[in-house]
Amino acid sequence: MLTLYIIKAICKLKNFDIENIRADFPILKREVNGKPLVYLDNGATTQKPKQVIDAIVNYYTQMNSNVHRGVHYLSQISTDAFEVTRRKAQALINAAYDHEIIITKGTTEAINIVATCYGRMFIEKNDEIIISAMEHHSNIVPWQMLCEERGCKLRVIPMNEQGELDQQAYKSMFSDRTKLVSVTYVSNALGTINPIKEMIDVAHQYEVPVFVDGAQAIQHIAVDVQELDVDFFAFSGHKMYGPTGVGVLYGKERLLNAMPPYQGGGDMIKDVTFEKTTYNDLPFKFEAGTPNIEAGICLGDAIDYINAIGLAEIQAYEEELLNYAVVRLSEVEDIRFIGTASHKSSVISFVVGDIHPYDIGVILDKLGVAVRTGHHCAQPVMEQFGIPGTVRVSLAMYNTKEEVDILTAALKRAVDMLR
Amino acid sequence: MTINEIQDELIEDFSFYQDWMEKYEYIIQLGKEVPLIDDKYKNDNFIIKGCQSRVWLYAELVEGKIKFTADSDAIITKGLVSLMVKVLSGHTPSEVSSADLYFIDQIGLKEHLSPTRANGLLSMVKQMKLFALALQAKNA
Repeated sequence: MLTLYIIKAICKLKNFDIENIRADFPILKREVNGKPLVYLDNGATTQKPKQVIDAIVNYYTQMNSNVHRGVHYLSQISTDAFEVTRRKAQALINAAYDHEIIITKGTTEAINIVATCYGRMFIEKNDEIIISAMEHHSNIVPWQMLCEERGCKLRVIPMNEQGELDQQAYKSMFSDRTKLVSVTYVSNALGTINPIKEMIDVAHQYEVPVFVDGAQAIQHIAVDVQELDVDFFAFSGHKMYGPTGVGVLYGKERLLNAMPPYQGGGDMIKDVTFEKTTYNDLPFKFEAGTPNIEAGICLGDAIDYINAIGLAEIQAYEEELLNYAVVRLSEVEDIRFIGTASHKSSVISFVVGDIHPYDIGVILDKLGVAVRTGHHCAQPVMEQFGIPGTVRVSLAMYNTKEEVDILTAALKRAVDMLR
Repeated sequence: MTINEIQDELIEDFSFYQDWMEKYEYIIQLGKEVPLIDDKYKNDNFIIKGCQSRVWLYAELVEGKIKFTADSDAIITKGLVSLMVKVLSGHTPSEVSSADLYFIDQIGLKEHLSPTRANGLLSMVKQMKLFALALQAKNA
């Protein structure tokens, strides 16, 4: 009897149970403007399950103390917990070593670390860095800053009308001046999933390392950095049901060792005298100062949460939901989807006739539906499509078909008002 | 009518709308009535920053009174700027620059609009008062 109960329990866990998942996210029960919240801005940040919220409370009620410093009990348990997250992140992306996992403030900081440290070490005047036309500003600006400093050039992989990168053009961009490729795995504005493995293989033929921005991928797609053979990979905690202010930079050991530190401070040093400082080993060399300890620890709980459900299950569910949403939203007269790549993740970007996306966003908000409007920090993408911005619906594992129905009805109502 | 009389009238108008939807429909309607800015001023020199959508605003003196014209690419924003024009247009620069715009709070716009939108509204007010000060100085 007990065995049967256990088997049932395991089966239940393995099955994607949307009701149980929704029950884990307390904020989904609240109302906005007198309407039940329909949260469809997950590309900006996801909500947090109670497992993560409880872990944050537990950290401050039971563990709070600085990491990598004290001999006292609390410092030891918080340090251990922080290092457990590093190993969980290592396992999540299947990195070869835990010291290849640098705990950062988020993806933006991770990109800046590579631009600054790899850039200063290896990139010279007239060298070239390849990025793509669909990058988020955070994967454009750090490279532009580097170009200004070093006199190197940015090459931009063009994108077609569907929002897919032109792979032929990409292949033709390499020369002996090419020093780095930095591309996003999934477009935050369009949802396009790039053929990252193929793109990495191409770059490696020219012995050029590749940085992949995984901020919009990690919560939807299983990532194996060794199989991808990616050189740098980054993601943020808050977009994967974890706390804000924490993220991960993965880098191959060889590259990270060759790079100088990012910032100077505590924790990143071995010995300091006024004559000379010797730097600490990986990963601490890149982790100067007191980190966001609570977020670092609780990122581990977010990873556990995702693992308990399973990324394969999450991906299958979200794909079905995405397809359903596209079908339902297609009912809206004059809707134009921006980004219709054949391989897409949980993002739907659209405009309706010549209605300004902001007007739609305001009315949807009144109806309890949270979406993002504007250029989504990807102004060059909007420019290519000749629009001021889009309405972006971005889905997460806790969204439902019923919510898509509410969105569709709300959108129809907004369009009626605004036309 | 004085600025305050117009404000009081708008407060009364808005009090008829219980439902936010009706309020927005009224704002959208006001947007359609805004005295449109001349195309030659619809450029970056007359754009108001602080809105997610774009707002253009122009002011000139006609017989000692400020005449505001405006436009926006978003119609709710256009309604808001129209509301401001309705209140402030047709008054002297000193009346505009010293106006206390209590109606914004009273018709629940601050409360009901998103923070970025509220900032947009505040930027509009600021810009209109700057125009008034500039015209006042020019006239002096």
